[in-house]
Amino acid sequence: MLNINQSAEIIFTPELLTKFGEIVNRYPEGKQKSALLPILHLVQAEYGWTSVPAMDKVAVYLGLQPIEVYEVATFYTMYFLKPTGRYMLEVCRTGPCCLVGAEKIMQYLEQKLGVKEGEITPDGMFSWRGVECLAACGFGPVLQIGPEYTFHENLTESKIDELIDTLKLTTAKTPVDSIS
Amino acid sequence: MGRKLLLEHINVPGINTFDVYRQQGGYRAVEKALKTLSPEAIVEEVKKSGLRGRGGAGFPTGMKWSFLAKPEGKARYLVCNADESEPGTFKDRYLMTYIPHLLIEGMIVSSFALGAAVSYIYVRGEMMPQIRILERAIAEAKNAGFLGKNILGSGYDLELYVQPGGGAYICGEETALIESLEGKRGNPRIKPPFPAISGLYGCPTVVNNVESIAAVVPIINDGGEEYAKVGIGRSTGTKLISAGGNLAKPGVYEIELGLPVEEFIYSEEYCGGIANGKRLKAVVAGGSSVPVLPANLILKTVNGEKRLMSYESLADGGFVSGSMMGSGGFIAFDEDQCMVRNTWNFSRFYHHESCGQCSPCREGTGWMEKVLHRIEYGHGKYSDIDLLVDVSRKIEGNTICPLGDAAAWPVASAIRHFRDEFEWHITHPAEAVKRNFGLAHYADPLPPVAEPA
Ligand SMILES: Cc1cc2nc3c(=O)[nH]c(=O)nc-3n(C[C@H](O)[C@H](O)[C@H](O)COP(=O)(O)O)c2cc1C
Ligand code: SF4
Ligand code: FES
Repeated sequence: MLNINQSAEIIFTPELLTKFGEIVNRYPEGKQKSALLPILHLVQAEYGWTSVPAMDKVAVYLGLQPIEVYEVATFYTMYFLKPTGRYMLEVCRTGPCCLVGAEKIMQYLEQKLGVKEGEITPDGMFSWRGVECLAACGFGPVLQIGPEYTFHENLTESKIDELIDTLKLTTAKTPVDSIS
Repeated sequence: MGRKLLLEHINVPGINTFDVYRQQGGYRAVEKALKTLSPEAIVEEVKKSGLRGRGGAGFPTGMKWSFLAKPEGKARYLVCNADESEPGTFKDRYLMTYIPHLLIEGMIVSSFALGAAVSYIYVRGEMMPQIRILERAIAEAKNAGFLGKNILGSGYDLELYVQPGGGAYICGEETALIESLEGKRGNPRIKPPFPAISGLYGCPTVVNNVESIAAVVPIINDGGEEYAKVGIGRSTGTKLISAGGNLAKPGVYEIELGLPVEEFIYSEEYCGGIANGKRLKAVVAGGSSVPVLPANLILKTVNGEKRLMSYESLADGGFVSGSMMGSGGFIAFDEDQCMVRNTWNFSRFYHHESCGQCSPCREGTGWMEKVLHRIEYGHGKYSDIDLLVDVSRKIEGNTICPLGDAAAWPVASAIRHFRDEFEWHITHPAEAVKRNFGLAHYADPLPPVAEPA
């Protein structure tokens, strides 16, 4: 749920504002609302989640009512309305992936990280959740890690072990790229 | 070997770059279109090709293009649908990852044919790597003079942009996609008006799938008539099939339409049979929305004819004993899979993805999910089976967009063909939570075919 009491000050950096401007230029005069989804992705990549103060700022920037931003951010699944671990592991839970063991992978992940779906590990490093079909069904089970949505295919328990060990050692937001 | 019109050069190293793509004959279609053909002549070639939309509905692309309104002083838009979220479908991601310039080339030719000066590729937001790949490909094409102002000196200007979605299956539906591209929630619009009259920003708009747009490239290079020679009957050309589930060699395959299903599943050229030496139990041939068929009915029609990978053959028998081509998401189930569990999983998907605008879909999908859940977990009643059929019938045809039908068909078809498995869950509740139905009598009765010489 939206936490409207969030009061942290949000200041968009000049780099971020330049990127916003490039996006707005893709649409005809007066249609800057089209920039909303791409801009929310940039905001989330910057702050790790989509907070109410950040949405309010976006509303001001695009000349929209705040509600127009909230209703979009709550409709789509990719915008996190509360903080997550530094790495959010999103495992596909849909039919074709379940035929090749996605449910077992999710159980393993839960046991390995010691937290339930949607929770954050005590060190703040990881969260995980099930998501719907990621258009990679032939390479299942699969998981993705934002904000660049790097992909990990044909998962096994040992691949999960390896992935988590690697992530623990890195500081980058998206360290392991499977598609070059 | 079947002919390859889209993926012919997929294994050439560096084909994702402009230079290599160009060396392999890429962007010839743009040169031919802009220098020698009129927009009307391109639409004519696409009509002659018989190309049918590859996004799921199979509507003839040339005809769709000819419906585009052309009022004076209004912009026209081409929007490419790269939302690919139908469970079982992963061909568009594959095409964009490995041969992005094919899509860019198709977009340029198609935009020219439709008179669009700005076009968008709407990519599902989770495909951030593909968005980066497309943006790089667009920059390369622009650098080489194939995008931007006065392309190849023809006087035609085109800007092409990539738009990310936010994670919502419904945004694959074309009017929801347009809403989303306008920065709103993905609620499908009531039709009419159709996008061809009033689409993006109220302007005439064509929405086409990634693969449909890519297919315009070989159509322009070789001519519509040549394209129509590939395939069978009204299923012309080639189709990308996303093969997943319990297959020995899952992946994306380009097939000539008309290939026998049996050959597709069992030959070494394609899927190499069922994984781990198991037998085939069922297939969903066109993405999760189309009816599921047991092995015997997917391999042969009720008339005993070989079932082919074509729009007509897959639909043979209607919904009683047939299915649909859909998006070409081919999901194979081996003998160990539980049809009740899978049906519940699909229902959960549709419930999760319903936009919530119409009551039959919003309430019905949730109801079906709940009933299927209790059957799967051993708390079902006999009457639940008929209840599911009843709910699915009440959703079908009573909603704003086809997501309602897409949610109803998998449930109705699973009960039609696998009713005894549902009943077994009800009569054996304790066992149902521990093991599967276990009877493989739906399984493929035929021995695997030998590898073709
Ligand atoms: C719920 C729903 C989801 C859809 N998802 C997609 C999709 O992910 N990709 C796609 O190309 N078409 C999808 N479609 C079909 C589109 O509405 C539209 O028919 C298609 O993009 C037209 O392109 P085509 O004629 O080239 O196939 C979907 C339709 C519905 C009802
Ligand atoms: S059928 Fe479902 S997804 Fe489509 S408009 Fe109605 S509620 Fe939304
Ligand atoms: S079902 Fe998992 S990626 Fe499609």
